[in-house]
Amino acid sequence: MMNLDWSFYNWALIHDFVLKGLGFSLMLTVVATLGGILFGTLLALMRLSGKRWLGVPATVYVNGMRSIPLVMVILWFFLLVPFLIGRPIGAEVSAMVTFIAFEAAYFSEIMRAGIQSVPRGQVAAGLALGMSYGQNMKLVVLPQAFRNMLPVLLTQTIILFQDTSLVYAIGAYDMLKGFEVAGKNFGRPIEAYLMAAVLYFVICYALSALVKRLHQRIAIIR
Amino acid sequence: MSWDWQVFCEDTITREATPSCFGQGGDITYLDWLLSAWGWTVSVSLSALLLALLVGAVVGTLRTLPDRPLVVRAGNAWVELFRNIPLLVQIFLWYHVVPTLFPALKAVPGFVLVVLALGLFTSARVAEQVRSGIQALPRGQRHAAMALGLTTAQAYRFVLLPLALRIVIPPLTSEIMSIFKNSSVAFAVSVAELTMFAMQAQEETARGIEVYLAVTTLYVISAFVINRVMAAIEKRSRVPGLMAAGGGGH
Repeated sequence: MMNLDWSFYNWALIHDFVLKGLGFSLMLTVVATLGGILFGTLLALMRLSGKRWLGVPATVYVNGMRSIPLVMVILWFFLLVPFLIGRPIGAEVSAMVTFIAFEAAYFSEIMRAGIQSVPRGQVAAGLALGMSYGQNMKLVVLPQAFRNMLPVLLTQTIILFQDTSLVYAIGAYDMLKGFEVAGKNFGRPIEAYLMAAVLYFVICYALSALVKRLHQRIAIIR
Repeated sequence: MSWDWQVFCEDTITREATPSCFGQGGDITYLDWLLSAWGWTVSVSLSALLLALLVGAVVGTLRTLPDRPLVVRAGNAWVELFRNIPLLVQIFLWYHVVPTLFPALKAVPGFVLVVLALGLFTSARVAEQVRSGIQALPRGQRHAAMALGLTTAQAYRFVLLPLALRIVIPPLTSEIMSIFKNSSVAFAVSVAELTMFAMQAQEETARGIEVYLAVTTLYVISAFVINRVMAAIEKRSRVPGLMAAGGGGH
């Protein structure tokens, strides 16, 4: 390599600049995954309910979200949310609201595919046992759908973790921002960007290797 | 609140509305700027798409070569490398780090660096689709080619690739739509594309909603056009007898 300043890499840098950002990136990932799965499941159920007044709005929402770049959605929410609730909010809170709303559209497509992968006989059997629609979904369909979709859900979570770097657009302090601030402060932007790339790679590669193993285990059990 | 679409007719410097909504003699209005930003989005996306398809098809093919474990590993490493680093970080690497480490690249314009970043990022995804397309072919195709005495190169050229590249068109459609969406990340290194326009015009005019609505509409139109174009290509390149004729559904 060229003449990188290796003394830039030390614990103080990690401690003072990176950990706070990494914490926010991880928190945003977890919050958006949980919120996205919750609202995504609701959206998927609306689309599969067979009722037009539920299905059409959900379809419009999902397709709309999926045809706009995430950066634009981040900007939209940062502009609109203070407008709607009447007071300014921080970039971090705005990012969380945005990611839940945006990821819900993607998770709903995964959930829809998962629910549709459950054999029809399961639903019929549940009905034959006298279960209500709600019981059937909760006890029979959704547990199997979640299991079928687990690898895809986790892969989406890895993509989501990478996408959290886009909160750069509204200046929220995530892991990338931490590296950038450190790079600017010490006049070592090259070293900072390189290490950011390495850290993202290690985290995402390790996670996707885990998902791969999980996928194989599930495939053996079934 | 009230709408103010007049803002697009304003001159970007004097902030005075022009009657035609287009600038005269070197001056530009926000409408001019919006359209040129759309042009940048389209040209970044199409250039990156070309690069991604070329590199992705080659890397994806190499990953399926028989008896070449080293080549396959190199192909896999390529995919893992470009898939596991966020696009924004890759753009920063190309824009800030690469020209410093290789001074010969200092003169390269930012547009090219962003196209390289977006194109190679997407090439990993294309390579993954092409690999699974080739591996989805029945084994008999490869065996039949070998039995006919074709070399490996001939088998790929005449048997495997003509089938596989047509099978991967539907999944590629969503990658191509992603390229247009992902081109928005170029705002971070000041390429004058739509998202950059949205941020700057919002700040200058304080008419965020109108500006964002216009930009969002152009993204949606772009996505719709690609969707239609790809549907037409898919129809024309359908392999007879392999996929149900007229059966859409992705």
